[in-house]
Amino acid sequence: MLMETDQKSVLASTESEIPVLALNAVTKTFPGVTALSEVSLELFPGKVTALVGENGAGKSTVVKILTGIYQPNGGQIEIDGSPIRFPTAQDAGDAGVTAIHQETVLFDELSVAENVFLGHAPRGRFGLIDTSAMMERAREILESVGAHIDPRTKLKDLGIANKHLVAIARALSIDARVVIMDEPTAALSQKEIEELYDLVEELKGQGKAILFISHKFDEIFRIADSYTVFRDGALVGSGAIADVTEAELVKMMVGRDVSQIFPDRERKTGDEILAVDGYEHPTEFADISFVLRRGEILGFYGLVGAGRSEFMQSLFGITRPSAGDVTIDGERAIIRSPADAVGKGIVYVPEDRGRQGTITALPIFQNVTLPSLGRTSKNGFLKLAEEFQLAREYTERLDLRAASLDTDVGNLSGGNQQKVVIAKWLATHPKIIILDEPTKGIDIGSKAAVHEFMAELAAQGLAVIMVSSEIPEVLGMSDRVIVMREGRIAAELSGDDMTPETLVRHAAGI
Amino acid sequence: MQKQILMSREVLLTGAIVLLLAIISTRFPAFIAPSNLANVFNDTAPLILLAIGQMIVILTRCIDLSVAANLALTGMVVSMINVAMPGLPVPIIIFIAVAFGALLGMVNGVLVWKLEIPPIVVTLGTMTIFRGTIFLLSEGKWINAHEFSETFKAFPRTELLGLPLMSWIAIAAVIFFSVVMSRTTLGRAFYAAGGNPHAATYAGIDVGRTQFWAFTISGALAGLTGYLWVSRFAVAFVDLAGGFELSVVAACVIGGVAIMGGIGTVVGAMLGALFLGIISNALPVVNISPFWQLAISGGAIIIAVALNAQANREKGRIILKRAEHAT
Repeated sequence: MLMETDQKSVLASTESEIPVLALNAVTKTFPGVTALSEVSLELFPGKVTALVGENGAGKSTVVKILTGIYQPNGGQIEIDGSPIRFPTAQDAGDAGVTAIHQETVLFDELSVAENVFLGHAPRGRFGLIDTSAMMERAREILESVGAHIDPRTKLKDLGIANKHLVAIARALSIDARVVIMDEPTAALSQKEIEELYDLVEELKGQGKAILFISHKFDEIFRIADSYTVFRDGALVGSGAIADVTEAELVKMMVGRDVSQIFPDRERKTGDEILAVDGYEHPTEFADISFVLRRGEILGFYGLVGAGRSEFMQSLFGITRPSAGDVTIDGERAIIRSPADAVGKGIVYVPEDRGRQGTITALPIFQNVTLPSLGRTSKNGFLKLAEEFQLAREYTERLDLRAASLDTDVGNLSGGNQQKVVIAKWLATHPKIIILDEPTKGIDIGSKAAVHEFMAELAAQGLAVIMVSSEIPEVLGMSDRVIVMREGRIAAELSGDDMTPETLVRHAAGI
Repeated sequence: MQKQILMSREVLLTGAIVLLLAIISTRFPAFIAPSNLANVFNDTAPLILLAIGQMIVILTRCIDLSVAANLALTGMVVSMINVAMPGLPVPIIIFIAVAFGALLGMVNGVLVWKLEIPPIVVTLGTMTIFRGTIFLLSEGKWINAHEFSETFKAFPRTELLGLPLMSWIAIAAVIFFSVVMSRTTLGRAFYAAGGNPHAATYAGIDVGRTQFWAFTISGALAGLTGYLWVSRFAVAFVDLAGGFELSVVAACVIGGVAIMGGIGTVVGAMLGALFLGIISNALPVVNISPFWQLAISGGAIIIAVALNAQANREKGRIILKRAEHAT
């Protein structure tokens, strides 16, 4: 199957064919910065083009230009070889360009059919919306993408994968010729990703041109026909995917050789620090037992929805388990609230660091000391000098550069906000640190930094629990791996048993 | 950066107040005589007290619509106690007022915390219940000036260093709560819980309990104001301070408190209250009809919200190192 598409794509990319949509030397500047510098991009009908680049390379800017949200300062957009302008998002839609975003932009309280046809619903008499026609057409389109969803269902009742299908159905309903997919698999489980791949094949078959933006090389090689690489707002390479290797792509992306993504570390683990015995929750997980040692990185792998984050939240005291014991350092620990957990030396760095991590309206030092206020206060009164001291110590350790610790976190860049979150947790002197999807959605360069940092924490004797859905990361970082499936531990793997095949097999229950 | 905007917003509001006074003085110079300004401040003291409590509640992403009803109910309760036991010393009356008001606030707080009912619904409900309770207690009758004991009525008017105790209480509350908000763990929790409830939860702050304390403080201040109000005006009845909760919310909004929570200061709430207080005191003396008075207050609210929205607008992501250092 793959072979076939590769051959087809090589045939298709002959000089004669006119791209359905092209960017020709497009430049976009913002006051003080050039986001895109004379980049070109060509999309052909029935072909998938992967757009690759680190965070900040200009991928999102391209999406916004193609969908009429930004106007380029130079160069032009071409449809079928003739220049066109997209002054508004509506114009881009009319020209047949549609985007499916990372987080789908749909309406939870509306029905599936209404979501599919919002803005272009079939009209009946007196210009009123013809509901039955709308339901009928929505059903047809959904079935054409293999989604067996009742169009009357409210969107909020669907899972994330089905929401993506609705977004795709919406794209089809406006007769899109170009479909832009911006990291569509970021929130999907392995099984859902497979279904998405099938769908991409389907769209290709219908002659749509697809622009596929992704961080994940395995999927790029799996479904793309050609690639375009951006670095720092400039085009650094493009061609057929069959003519390039993963290493070459990475090199183009980062502008240097990335030989070993995962840090080599001495895997030497100490005494047992945490033992969980028979943790249970009425609806989310059951029968969770494991031990964790000092200096160890314990990976938690599973499909999305396997109950990993739910269990971690319970271990951290956000939800209460219905049964089970926790022993920390040989003593039974009762954890009823996050404050208890922090007090016992457990910290949890949640997955959604933007939403759950920082308080943007508060200054850096107040964010850093927030979980440590017990130590920097006396009888409820804050000792500001000690707070500053603590914040300075940990922000310096993480090399966080800001004008002043009084700067509000909202004014920091994403990378520095992340450092604030990490500094905040390290300042509590944890024994056990739970990292939930620590590298989700960040670029390769930053990933390596996070991995180094985890290795360093473990080397200092911290016990690390890493929840991750990325197999290379799980295998590259963990000393042991616990695989969860449907709320239970499916396997505990170590040493030579830790292979991609075993992980997937246990996670999927094959 | 945000701090600077906030500071400048308070400076801006002070400037607006000065400008307002300057305009009024051209029509009615006596208005800015120190003794008159002291009177205006004294008149505004109840609004300041309630605005401080409301500010804390709004900070935690809630709203307390029951403050005026709490004030009226507590006012009625202490009035009836005074009628029944005229000899009870004022400090005990004040203690009862604060405790009873706090208790009513706790009712709001528990409903928001434990039952997770939206605050606007909870306080709309308790507002009506409190008013109804006053009717049941008083059987709809007024308690009038001659029924109160002299000491009960004299307290807020008693002068100390040239200012009535009423004013001193407002000043003390501003100072006390400024310290609470900036120098205690509870104050920090109010900002954190409203600024980002998720992050606060992960940091070990119980957001629900923090909101409970916000309502308790708001209730306690409403109770205190309840006594001050009935003793100053020497009257207690069902509709006492009817609709006043809206002025309180307005004072907060004008004072730069973000209605979405997480941003606001005690001084800002006080300035917002003073701004409204000056308008309502000045317009009658310069012969502007009360209808204009409402329109001007409303206009001030909309202008304040527009300015706040402008200042709090998403500034976009800061990606450039340069931009970050510039802040």
